[in-house]
Amino acid sequence: MSERSKLEVRHLTAWFGKTAAIKDVSLSVPAHTVLAIIGPSGCGKSTFIRCLNRMHELTAGTRVEGSVLIEGEDLYARGVDPVFIRRRVGMVFQRPNVFPTMSIRENVLAGLRLNGVRGDHASILEDTLRRTALWDEVKDRLDESAVRLSGGQQQRLCIARAIAVEPEVLLMDEPASALDPIATARIEELIGELKQGYTIVIVTHNMQQAVRISDDTAFFYLGELVEHGPTKQIFTTPRVPRTEDYVTGKFG
Amino acid sequence: MPRADAGDPAEMALAAPSTLRRAGLRALGDRAFAVALTGLGLWVLVIAGVIVTVCYRLARPAFAKLGVLPFLAGSDWNPVEDSYGALPFLYGTLVTSAVAILVALPVAIGLALFLVEMAPAWVRKLVSFLVELLAAIPSVVYGLWGLFVLVPWLRETVEPALGRWLGFLPLFRGPPIGVGYLAAGLILALMILPTITAVSVEVLRTAPATQREGALALGATRWEAIRMASLPYARRGIVGATILGLGRALGETMAVTMLLGNQPEIHASLFAAGYSLPAVIANEFAEATGDIHIGALAALALVLCGTTFALNAAARLLIRVPAERRTPARASA
Repeated sequence: MSERSKLEVRHLTAWFGKTAAIKDVSLSVPAHTVLAIIGPSGCGKSTFIRCLNRMHELTAGTRVEGSVLIEGEDLYARGVDPVFIRRRVGMVFQRPNVFPTMSIRENVLAGLRLNGVRGDHASILEDTLRRTALWDEVKDRLDESAVRLSGGQQQRLCIARAIAVEPEVLLMDEPASALDPIATARIEELIGELKQGYTIVIVTHNMQQAVRISDDTAFFYLGELVEHGPTKQIFTTPRVPRTEDYVTGKFG
Repeated sequence: MPRADAGDPAEMALAAPSTLRRAGLRALGDRAFAVALTGLGLWVLVIAGVIVTVCYRLARPAFAKLGVLPFLAGSDWNPVEDSYGALPFLYGTLVTSAVAILVALPVAIGLALFLVEMAPAWVRKLVSFLVELLAAIPSVVYGLWGLFVLVPWLRETVEPALGRWLGFLPLFRGPPIGVGYLAAGLILALMILPTITAVSVEVLRTAPATQREGALALGATRWEAIRMASLPYARRGIVGATILGLGRALGETMAVTMLLGNQPEIHASLFAAGYSLPAVIANEFAEATGDIHIGALAALALVLCGTTFALNAAARLLIRVPAERRTPARASA
């Protein structure tokens, strides 16, 4: 494992009751790269990234074995508070989930408020909204309700909300699947820029998207990590026949 | 447009010429249904109107003799001298209901949050069932339990303690006699608890999980996620639940008349005996003779209706504020 790896997963197995949704997965993600997780529906993609910020255990009857290390620190070590983990590992969900009773401003600053971060909230607000390419669109209506924004804007607001607290790792669970092509393109562009500051793990069912945005790709099938490597290699010269069948569209 | 029934092609060909006419008949049926439903809806208004009109006609002699304002602001109630004032009853109704809401609301919300957010499924089912059972107990039974259990406990333990520690407040001064505003208010709290809890559980359960997860993913603790995501979402529903509970508290007759002491007086102390609007109507209507006495009781009924209506309207205004923020999202970027 390279010393520069930001995130390292070792022998991770995740259970729903007696079913293992993720089976003995190990991989590592270097800092400032984008890892795309691909695979057919139900292969455990979402479960996998929900293990990386300990969201998986919020569902009743679930269990996780193995370890996930951020800069060498195990998220699953005894005595680690998942609340603090989630402050270091941000997450963006499949559908935009802005807080409907909060204004645009309050949404961006929600995480800072929670964590009691003091400092210049106004400049953090502007900076974060600029980084998510929202500033020009919303600067005159920061105190309007966030649900008045379009779906694409809401999703960028969710990204802004996640990065306002400066997490080290950003998890994205099919962040563009509910958006139209134009909004999707903007999110993808954004991911390219965010890579400078964060390490990103993104689940996607869209293989072209994985090719466009990621450095590495991991292909999951039935809860197992089938193949993991540089995105270019996975999509041009996969080593495992099943990967080739999937990326060439023989099954999905 | 209603669509012809799908089926065997031959049958459809045969049916084709009459399709239009059949559609016309079905539209007529639809309209008849709409008219019937509107009629049923209007009945509610008619019944409410009739009740208020009858009360007003009964109350007219009293209003004529006493004057509306002196009656509303008067605090003397003496049927022997035909002197009637509504204030002690209005005061008793409002104070007991306020005690009920102040005690029941935090407990109900806490209970609802526990049931929705923390309790395992079997606990939730069991506790929900028990809480709903509370709603099925007749109010006279609540009254009896109050007289035999709650009142002695208040008189011997709770009221002396409150007087000792909080006696600097006028609310908790005076002799601990057991029956009074506090006893009636606490029983009312118990009676409205199931309503507020059950409705709050339902609205909290509909709070979208995605909002909660959004808060948790930002590093919120369980309580912070509830405060950021579940409670704002459920706020309107919980206020609605409180209105329902308040409605029951304001109108509750039997348990209150058994525990309030039935003294047409106004006291600052919660330990003192008072009287409520429904209680005096129930207690005196059978023996009331003379137009003025009956009229005064009917006028109290109007005051009760007016109070309920005013509090409902006020609560509705309260929850209208966030409605502006509920504009649906516009489509796409």
